[in-house]
Amino acid sequence: MIDINVVVSGAAGQGIQTIGYIIAKTASEAGYNAFSWQDYESRIRGGSNSYRIRVSEDPANSPLVKADIFIALDEKSKAKYRPLLKEDGILVDEQETGERIITVPFVDIAQSELGDKLFVNTVAAGALTAVMGIAWESLKEVILEEFSGKGDVIVSKNLTAAAEGYKFARNSCEGICPWVLPRREQKHYLISGNEALALGAAAGRCRFIAAYPMTPSTGIITFLSKYKERLKIFTEQAEDEIAAVNMAIGASYAGVRAMTASSGGGFALMVEGISLAGMTETPVVIVLAQRPAPATGLPTRTEQGDLLFAINAGHGEFPKLVFAPSDPKDAFHKIVRAFNLAEKYQIPAIILTDQHLADSYFTLDDFELDKVINRSYLANPDEIANYKRYQLNESGISPMLYPGQSHHLVCCDSDEHDEYGHITEDLELRKRMVKKRLRKTELLRKEIVPPEEKDISDATDVFLSWGSSRNAVFEAVDRLRENGARVGAIHFTELLPLPEYEFPRDVNYYTVESNATGQLGRLLRSEYGISVKRAIARYDGLPLDHMYIMEGFVNG
Amino acid sequence: MVEIEDYQSDAENQWCPGCPNFGILRAIKSALVALARKPEEICMVSGIGQAAKLPHYLRCNFFNGLHGRALPIAVAINVVNPKLTTIVVTGDGDCYGEGGNHFLHTIRRNPNITLIVHNNQIYGLTKGQASPTTDLRAKTRLQFEGVELEPLRPLATALLHGCPFVARGYAGDIKGLSDLFVEAMRFKGFSYVDVIQPCITWGTHTVSWYKERIYKLPPDYDLHDKEEALKKACEWGDRIPIGVFYRDDRPKMGFGDQFRDKIFDGRLTDLGFRKQQTIIEMLDIFR
Repeated sequence: MIDINVVVSGAAGQGIQTIGYIIAKTASEAGYNAFSWQDYESRIRGGSNSYRIRVSEDPANSPLVKADIFIALDEKSKAKYRPLLKEDGILVDEQETGERIITVPFVDIAQSELGDKLFVNTVAAGALTAVMGIAWESLKEVILEEFSGKGDVIVSKNLTAAAEGYKFARNSCEGICPWVLPRREQKHYLISGNEALALGAAAGRCRFIAAYPMTPSTGIITFLSKYKERLKIFTEQAEDEIAAVNMAIGASYAGVRAMTASSGGGFALMVEGISLAGMTETPVVIVLAQRPAPATGLPTRTEQGDLLFAINAGHGEFPKLVFAPSDPKDAFHKIVRAFNLAEKYQIPAIILTDQHLADSYFTLDDFELDKVINRSYLANPDEIANYKRYQLNESGISPMLYPGQSHHLVCCDSDEHDEYGHITEDLELRKRMVKKRLRKTELLRKEIVPPEEKDISDATDVFLSWGSSRNAVFEAVDRLRENGARVGAIHFTELLPLPEYEFPRDVNYYTVESNATGQLGRLLRSEYGISVKRAIARYDGLPLDHMYIMEGFVNG
Repeated sequence: MVEIEDYQSDAENQWCPGCPNFGILRAIKSALVALARKPEEICMVSGIGQAAKLPHYLRCNFFNGLHGRALPIAVAINVVNPKLTTIVVTGDGDCYGEGGNHFLHTIRRNPNITLIVHNNQIYGLTKGQASPTTDLRAKTRLQFEGVELEPLRPLATALLHGCPFVARGYAGDIKGLSDLFVEAMRFKGFSYVDVIQPCITWGTHTVSWYKERIYKLPPDYDLHDKEEALKKACEWGDRIPIGVFYRDDRPKMGFGDQFRDKIFDGRLTDLGFRKQQTIIEMLDIFR
């Protein structure tokens, strides 16, 4: 069973992202499951970063830590990441020689064959492809595709660079590299969480995004801006996150589906806007791509530290939606659902991701686009005689129109208001308006998808997890079961409102989370009254992987 | 044909009796009559403060949002539906204090909207604290020893950052104010009118203090001369000019123009659903 982990390391600016992406794409092109994630510092040049690529026969979209193949582009990164190399792993290196080392003089090859050091990364990508035992044709396809926009000269030089690296490494591989990955006739998607969210927003009919750049959320508006002509979407870089969320609310009031995206610090600035959306009953979708905090924290690493913050975001009491997708496909569908439900219930919806989901590339077979629901939840102005934006009714969902749609006037107010949207100090009416808004929660709860269960029927120990850690948690369950442990998992991706759900009794619960205080555990204890035995917590900025979870379960 | 009664609102007015805000409201209504804008063609946007309650007293579409945040709401409405006449009504605390950053960047965006700032140089609704435009050394209900901060010169700020229409009016001169509003609302681009509105409850100056100092820019004043406009925008104290300080009639890129030129010219609400084929093709980029 093929399951290879490649670690590419180097300083920022050296191009490890290019190498990593090319070999992930090449493995995907060859018909294999590729999963890649990055661990990088918050700087543009220097430091020491890594790009990890897991290539497998079966879908395995979760991180591995130990390296089968390791390459470092500088000495500092070599020292830092070399301990990850397995005893029987292969080192690919510029100078070093020895057993289980493939020596490839990247710089010399780039200089002598192409006359330019710039091509050293493509030489390295060629060498790594050869070490992995992937056929040259797959790499060729990827090089043609990736560099096609840069002109024929660049394409042909990169092809030469890749071919030279490939040839050189393949000759040295004889009798050393154990892997052979024959081409398989399988087509996959290789896509990151941010890209899937951007496309999901498009599928969910989003026409407006305003955002302020903040790692790791920036990729969403960048993607939509790049394709704005094709998607006919308006994109704006706001002066700050307060402006961003208010712009999205303004656009939504004016009649289109709108969103914004940020990370914890920027989201904190948006919180008054979330409350505004709650009071004015204006739909808006907000992506919160988490990173380790408090404050600026670790800007480029991952964490799930904002669950309770997102759930409690916004002063006052009003209905709200919080989803935390587990992978890019789930992210795609969740954001479509968020747009639909936000409009149907006229509420703010928050999509919680993290740097791990936002930046990592996952392999997916199919997006199941036929599951996308395309419908509008706006009222029909022709069916209304006397329009009241905040009409009191049984469901709590008042008819929503937009200004300029018809002769009806659409009046919204952040103050407590009457049915027409005018400021009120009528305290009886205040109570009715509060109840009207809160009634929507109970209807919304009925639409929430219950958590995903894995192997819980005979389990004595059950992991509780949420969001992007799904695959790592499920992989840990599989491995622990192979060792005879009766372990199961319950994984949440829809967290507010929480669905009605019957938890298995008489089992030990462990929350598995990328935070220090077990936030999901606290939430489930307060909502369902279950008690958690222990938290398997990770808060060093790296993603949860199955080895870490197993270690945490077995050794505490 | 639109008449002033068409804008009659049923909402109870919460302003102090005799407040110059009533004059501003009348001036806006008569400007809208002059421009024949129907209530459903108008969208007023406001934040928080006494001025920001104005949309409740003029029958039209409105979004009364959060303190300081009217401008980002308004620019988004304008880009989604350029056909609406979008007017922001705000005060000195709302626009220059809490919303100061949005004021700066909205000027840079140049959206086709009108900004009307009720400038009474004081916080009214919170009962008499200094605003960004309160004069130096003026004593207030919070700055007991007098204001220590230099007042903001918002018209100069707007001029420096390329605002193409900069004017100041006086709430006591309803006819003159209405004419200013008509000119501002007709202007294509960001039109900004700061309105002197003496606060009769908490103000640091009396109505007569203003009356003695206010003068209209003379007929021979060149409103295309930015340097002269800057000088006038800094003139405050013994004499206070009102009128159109600056108007740039040259074509200027406006917020959303690139999008309308290249991608879609119209109301974004008319775009409807995307074809599934578009999403399929976009996803194929990743295959």
